[in-house]
Amino acid sequence: MLNSTQKLNSKMFDADVEQVPIRKGFGEGLLAAGQADPKIVGLCADLTESTQMHLFKNKYPERFVQVGVAEQNLAGVASGMAAMGKIPFLSSYAMFSPGRNWEQIRTTICYNNVNVKIVGSHAGISVGPDGGTHQAIEDIAITRVIPRMTVISPCDSVEAKKATLAIAKIIGPVYLRLARDKTPIITTDETPFEIGKAQIVWQGGRASGSGEEIEIVRAHVGIIATGALVHKAIVAARDLVAEGIMVTVMNLATIKPLDVAAVTELADNTGAIVTVEEHQIAGGMGSAVAECLAQKHPVPIEFIGVTDQFGQSGTPSELVEHYGMGVSHIKTAVKKVLARKK
Amino acid sequence: MDDITDKKIGFLQNKANEIRQSIIEMLLEAGSGHTAGPLGMADVFSALYFHILHHDPKRPDWVERDRVILSNGHICPVLYATMAHAGYFPIEELKTLRKFGSRLQGHPHREWLPMLETSSGPLGEGLSQAVGMALADRIDSGRSSSRNFFVMMSDGEMDEGLNYEAMMLAGKERLHNIIAIVDRNNIQIDGFTEDIMPLENFYAKWQSFNWHVQEIDGHSFDQIIGAVAEAKTIFDQPSVIIARTIPGKGVAEFERKFEWHGKPPNKEEAVMALTELRTLGGKIKSEHQ
Repeated sequence: MLNSTQKLNSKMFDADVEQVPIRKGFGEGLLAAGQADPKIVGLCADLTESTQMHLFKNKYPERFVQVGVAEQNLAGVASGMAAMGKIPFLSSYAMFSPGRNWEQIRTTICYNNVNVKIVGSHAGISVGPDGGTHQAIEDIAITRVIPRMTVISPCDSVEAKKATLAIAKIIGPVYLRLARDKTPIITTDETPFEIGKAQIVWQGGRASGSGEEIEIVRAHVGIIATGALVHKAIVAARDLVAEGIMVTVMNLATIKPLDVAAVTELADNTGAIVTVEEHQIAGGMGSAVAECLAQKHPVPIEFIGVTDQFGQSGTPSELVEHYGMGVSHIKTAVKKVLARKK
Repeated sequence: MDDITDKKIGFLQNKANEIRQSIIEMLLEAGSGHTAGPLGMADVFSALYFHILHHDPKRPDWVERDRVILSNGHICPVLYATMAHAGYFPIEELKTLRKFGSRLQGHPHREWLPMLETSSGPLGEGLSQAVGMALADRIDSGRSSSRNFFVMMSDGEMDEGLNYEAMMLAGKERLHNIIAIVDRNNIQIDGFTEDIMPLENFYAKWQSFNWHVQEIDGHSFDQIIGAVAEAKTIFDQPSVIIARTIPGKGVAEFERKFEWHGKPPNKEEAVMALTELRTLGGKIKSEHQ
């Protein structure tokens, strides 16, 4: 069942659930953050509306820098502005930033340890018809590997807004990963958000009775999901109830620093994990979870993600199905990991 | 242009000579590092730190200071030596260059030595950061800001495409208080720049990006100081000073040889170099005293 303490959107399973692009929350969040703090500046590489930075640009044109189609410069200029005390948010498509400008991000931002927020929109395969060149499915790997970088991947537009406001208040480099396509709204304004804290959004286990008679039934499997696929993970968990399989679903918005305590606790409670992300399996969020659990609490893990391939043109849903990240694939992975459990 | 006395020039020449001696000593001690570029730029660095810059070595975080952004980080021996001679840190510390735990990392790292404006090493990134600094400064201080952003660059690193992205933006934004000084010494690791990747017409390249361009003898203090003074009078364009220098300048054996780009002198070569530099230093002192 949905975790009531998280105050999630009760209509998330409705056929007409509200769907909003995750990047929209960033645009609204940046505008609000910019209102609260005049040190915030925006930089964009010719994708201002597409990355939703236009809201900020229109309100604060004197604090906006248009660098043209030049992502390496985007990173370097942001670093220089941060050195002078600004809080730069730079945005482009994830494929180009942090894709094209990875070394500039490493050297001028992270090595220099300056306060720059890198916002990569259009991450994942669900970019759709633009095709494989524009589908960033390596960005989590290349950002989380850089020392000092915080990596955040919100599950919906509402969470993206909160994440944008939150990263404006912490000092240090951050990568915020956004998706292009409309995504079902899972969270509400009341849902808590804290950088570095994972959330249980669907509880597979349950407790009944009271006092000394309390009976605890543990979930059979834990799913750890991030980004736009969190909704599919919850749908899969709900479907599996009918088959008698109890699944707990965690929304892991902050991939780095990893919420080691929560991930380990979930592995301890369930004994089997499935990770779900719109990213290459190699190096992504699932890898981060595996690195943690291999040391802290080894359990069987199945990974949902792209299997060492490039994307292609298609509708987002066609692509998610084709590359094995749909609800049915998640359910199959749950059964597979369950079978591996001793 | 600034009026500059012979006595002042003698002082700057002497500082450059001391900086060159320190460069040889620190490279010998380090056992690795770059020789030609640092020696070639000693005059420009001397002019900057002992005459041109608004700075205070005792208050490296003074907000009104001019910024020096070293883009070609591998010539850091000249930056470290100049900063030490200017009083930023003890000259004795120069001998820790490239050693484990030293603040003087093989390529500059601002975290280890916070008085640096940036970290560098990977080429072609300094101008981009300076553009960001100048843009931030303009938000805070407007277009009449008197703070200057000196970007020290090399001709070899102009192969990097990022420079041209930064040049375009600086030209578009008319960042008048950026003054780039390019070490035009015609060498890079693999050979002469015009063989590896021709840069000419270098003057026209900058000009076409809407920069104010000057070309000078990078060993003439009159010309270095005059060019910076002229750059400061330009209001609606960023400035570049193409400083023609002799790589390895000051040590005849090292001069103009690209082989000396990336290696340090051995003991014997260092003794020879120091003897030559000390003799020259004596001459400078007797001429100007």
